[in-house]
Amino acid sequence: MTLRSPLGRARGLGSAKSGVGHHWAVIVTAVGLVPLSLWFVTSLIGLVGADYAVVRGWLGQPLNTALFLLTVLMVVHHAQLGLQVVIEDYVHGEGAKMASLIAVRLGAALLAVAMTVSILKVAFGV
Amino acid sequence: MTTRTRPLSPHLQVYRLPLLAVLSITHRITGVGLVAGLVVLAWWLCAAAQGPAAFNAAQDLLGSPIGLLALFGWTVALFFHLAHGVRHLLWDAGWGYSLPKAYVSGKAAIVVTAALTRIVWIAALA
Repeated sequence: MTLRSPLGRARGLGSAKSGVGHHWAVIVTAVGLVPLSLWFVTSLIGLVGADYAVVRGWLGQPLNTALFLLTVLMVVHHAQLGLQVVIEDYVHGEGAKMASLIAVRLGAALLAVAMTVSILKVAFGV
Repeated sequence: MTTRTRPLSPHLQVYRLPLLAVLSITHRITGVGLVAGLVVLAWWLCAAAQGPAAFNAAQDLLGSPIGLLALFGWTVALFFHLAHGVRHLLWDAGWGYSLPKAYVSGKAAIVVTAALTRIVWIAALA
């Protein structure tokens, strides 16, 4: 969805770039992560001192698998959007900026895939 | 090299940042710090996916004094970023722009961070 008013778009005022979309994605993931991160921390407290079998049993419950996956993917997306802003603010050389932005995107993809595969593997026990 | 005797403008190293400025930069610093925590979470999940031996090694490392110290730091960072993030969401919704309200919400973020961190670690170590 777009947050720009129809009049603003028609007049062509303001930025024509993707700033609003970026900020909106930060907001949506932030709202989602408020309950998810509290659930995540609460769950980890429940797993203090647990051995492998217990952790595996916990992660194997469908609700936990789903919420853990959701948390991890939202965090990666939120983190990548945030790091992008930090890089754009502090890295001024065009080459270094481009390289760091690409590294963040690829690193985020790697983390997302690695964590998804790991969660599913533990949950399904294959 | 000429000697400058006239006063220089305040520099970050000698300028005492107001509380609101400290909170603002802390939000960014904790965000970047949490990305490091995210990488560790991915490593922990990969260890869990590899099997009991790798998982136990990861658990031992996280349970060591340095591991616990890092986990404590990430707890503080997570709760600060969470509480201060809610502040950003309120601003985005149009609430709390006046200076008195900004101080109230800023101090509230600090209190919430301290309280949640305390609750979590008392529960985890109990």
